[in-house]
Amino acid sequence: MSLILSVAIIAFIYVVIFQIAKASEYVSILKGEEASRQQNHKINGFLMVAFLVLGFIGIYVCNKAYYGKTQLAQGAASIQGEKVDQMLFVTLIITGIVFVITQVLLFWFAFKYQEDKNRKVFFFAHSTKLELIWTAIPAIALTVLVVFGLRNWFFFTGEPPKNANVIEVTGKQFGWIYRYPGKDHIFGKKYYKNIDPATNSVGIIWDDKYAQDDIQTEQAMYVVKGQPVKLIIGSRDVIHDVGLTHFRLKMDAVPGIPTTMWFTPIYTTKEMREKTGNPNFAYEISCDQMCGNGHYSMKGIIEVVDQDEYDLWMAKQKPQYFTAFPEKDPTAVPVKADSTAKATAAKM
Amino acid sequence: MSHEAALHGHESHGHDDHGHHEHHETFLTKYVFSQDHKMIAKQFLITGMVWAVLGGLMSVLFRLQLGYPDASFPWLESLLGKWAKGGQITPEAYYALVTTHGTVLVFFVLTAGLSGTFANFLIPLQVGARDMASPFMNMLSYWFFFTASVIMLSSLFVETGPFSGGWTAYPPLSALHDASPGSKSGMDLWIISMALFVVSSLLGGLNYIATILNMRTKGMSMTRLPLTIWALFFTAVLGVLSFPVLLSGMILLIFDRNFGTSFYLSDIYVNGVGALSNEGGSAILFQHLFWFLGHPEVYIILLPAMGMVSEIMSVNSRKPIFGYMAMLGSLFAIAILAFLVWAHHMFVTGLNPFLGSVFVLLTLLIAVPSAIKVFNWLTTLWRGNIRFTPGMLFAIGFVSLFISGGLTGIWLGNAALDIYLHDSYFVVAHFHIVMGVASMFGMFAGVYHWFPKMYGRYLNNTLGYVHFWITIAGAYLIFWPMHYQGLAGMPRRYFDFSIWESFKQFAELNRFISTVAMIVFATQILFLINFFYSIFKGRKVTVLNPWESNTLEWTTPIRPGHGNWPGEIPEVHRWPYDYGKDGHDFIPQTTPVGEDETNTH
Repeated sequence: MSLILSVAIIAFIYVVIFQIAKASEYVSILKGEEASRQQNHKINGFLMVAFLVLGFIGIYVCNKAYYGKTQLAQGAASIQGEKVDQMLFVTLIITGIVFVITQVLLFWFAFKYQEDKNRKVFFFAHSTKLELIWTAIPAIALTVLVVFGLRNWFFFTGEPPKNANVIEVTGKQFGWIYRYPGKDHIFGKKYYKNIDPATNSVGIIWDDKYAQDDIQTEQAMYVVKGQPVKLIIGSRDVIHDVGLTHFRLKMDAVPGIPTTMWFTPIYTTKEMREKTGNPNFAYEISCDQMCGNGHYSMKGIIEVVDQDEYDLWMAKQKPQYFTAFPEKDPTAVPVKADSTAKATAAKM
Repeated sequence: MSHEAALHGHESHGHDDHGHHEHHETFLTKYVFSQDHKMIAKQFLITGMVWAVLGGLMSVLFRLQLGYPDASFPWLESLLGKWAKGGQITPEAYYALVTTHGTVLVFFVLTAGLSGTFANFLIPLQVGARDMASPFMNMLSYWFFFTASVIMLSSLFVETGPFSGGWTAYPPLSALHDASPGSKSGMDLWIISMALFVVSSLLGGLNYIATILNMRTKGMSMTRLPLTIWALFFTAVLGVLSFPVLLSGMILLIFDRNFGTSFYLSDIYVNGVGALSNEGGSAILFQHLFWFLGHPEVYIILLPAMGMVSEIMSVNSRKPIFGYMAMLGSLFAIAILAFLVWAHHMFVTGLNPFLGSVFVLLTLLIAVPSAIKVFNWLTTLWRGNIRFTPGMLFAIGFVSLFISGGLTGIWLGNAALDIYLHDSYFVVAHFHIVMGVASMFGMFAGVYHWFPKMYGRYLNNTLGYVHFWITIAGAYLIFWPMHYQGLAGMPRRYFDFSIWESFKQFAELNRFISTVAMIVFATQILFLINFFYSIFKGRKVTVLNPWESNTLEWTTPIRPGHGNWPGEIPEVHRWPYDYGKDGHDFIPQTTPVGEDETNTH
């Protein structure tokens, strides 16, 4: 019932607006073409300036209301992020100046040069000098931005420092799997046909001698404050994207083609909680590439901690090998025999 | 040949298929299988408008979800059935709506609806031709588009739903039936529809190019063409060179989907299915093929709007367009660069960083011709005598939006910033302003300006003004705050943000944006009422040249028949922008150059 009522009201509003518009057309015919045109010009000319002024007020209000909710207010949490923010402000200033000048001119000209019977237009078809000026100025401004941008780009995509902690991140519908190389600092080889969602979710080849100490978790990725982290990113099914908003970076996870990204976190999760005043703050990994119906819920967590806490956490982790073969775990009590069968199956 | 015949008047040539022959026109040949470019233009326009309403309605629906994620609307369930169980849109439905909204608006509205309408309508009229080079091919172009439309529409009613992997259709998501319900038969229909659409735009594009190059009237040299025609020419060239690449990408996708090939697939384990046998393919290959069309596509959408805005601005400022050759040169530069920047959509795919740096350079280079265009438009307004017709208002609105959206392109084109902003709401704001809304404004400007030529009647001015002011204010209110959401890293294509500590602070803003979106959508209905009412009941046009414009279309009768000019096609003596020259308000292109006239162009 209320649906019908609201449809009726909306239809009524349309009819009213339409009738007013129709009536104004008759009025303009009565008043004469010339007079109504002048009136239209007055109104629209005024609206041009009003729109410009209100627009700038709107920008101010919007900025006041929402700047504090952006990442910029919070500050970046990695050295890469600080460079991004710095570059962002430089770009904002350059484009902001152009924005203000051109918008003001546009709406001001529209207002100022509205039709006036007595004005003789200025026949001005071209001017090589002017055109050269506004080819050269943008070109120079852009050169600055390109140089600035590429320096950062090559830094971001370049080799990470030698002491980087290497972690493998694998995306799947709809979650993240983190793998650490273990004590030997070398990842065991993997092959996607070995994937078994219960015990071997990235498809590690267990025969590989480097594989047996690999640590794997889907809970959270632990990294150390101040130590560079290199991520080796892959995907099990469709394309995902490791989006690290607080570190200002992202990289696609593509099945079959590993990608990499590195960053150096500068605040621990705890420090960020204090800094932002938000006790629930978390470094979230957001999937930034459409990956299916659960895309919006594909969240990962990064815990940035001190070296001590990291070591403590690492000590608690058990290699994935022992999850796949519990009987080989020296700390566990051997029980079943059928897991050997599973092990041979995995080898095939 | 027939064009030559037509030039000499149709009276003496009974066999001439271009002359106007009202005699044996039935309803079917006049309104349905018409070969008259003006009728085909109207068919494109109205089909495009139907799609614009559907696509717009879809955006209202998914904005409803974003604005009110916890509310339930019982009427949604009556409308969408199982896609809105309990009155709440499901994630499947949300993604299907987003995907279809994108596909439809980009291809069916802003490509077919925009350049299909105005290239068909304006090219023969403004170059002085009786019709397109091949009217039959032109008719086919529309009917391929129509078929593509029907198939796309039918995909909405498939059991498993329409395609829901985003309009870019990246495999493996789009290639694997089991990765998402939308990737089942909905995707097959999507690909078939897109393939037919490519055929349509190729048939159209070849025709436009042939007509512009070969069928200009006497005296209409290339540099006397209105900028609309130049823009439509570059648009057609872009389309003809890039759409086949998309088609090839789609064909490979069909093979991967249905015939077990591995062009895009490698090392995949699908939940619930297991490891697939495909190895050695590259998912990134599709993105290269897609964006090789996808980026020129942006300019296929934008250039016709730029051309029409240039023309409308000059006419209504009563002043020549400033820097005709610079405008033309910048169109050319944009058309060339459009082919050399596609990988800026792929900075975060693991692209070779050196290659990335080349694409940064080329991408930011586009800002130069764009800046030239903006400054030239501003100078065209400067010291003019501006008439605020609704068409002119939309042209001014276009420039404003093009500036706002273009400038954020400088942010996103710089790889080191893109690595942060990519796929966030910043991108949503950027491309909606610069490509979506701006081109829509170009299209509205064109409709308001050429409506009297299309239907021999005027649109209602007051409704036009209301339409313009609400739409431009609404566009900024919707998309400006999205930049802030993007700067908070809020990813696009999210069904719900409430589980995210980093993004949930914008719930209130999302509600605001959704509300404005609904108001703006409702305002477009006002335009539709105006449009359809005025076709039948609008104020009649009584003069040949209501805008006092120089171009050739205004030398035709008020309601031109098939063949456009009843007598001979007029001869052209000058460029189309002699406004305010030597004390004359305007000098039509058909006026011979006087002896005492100053030589300017």
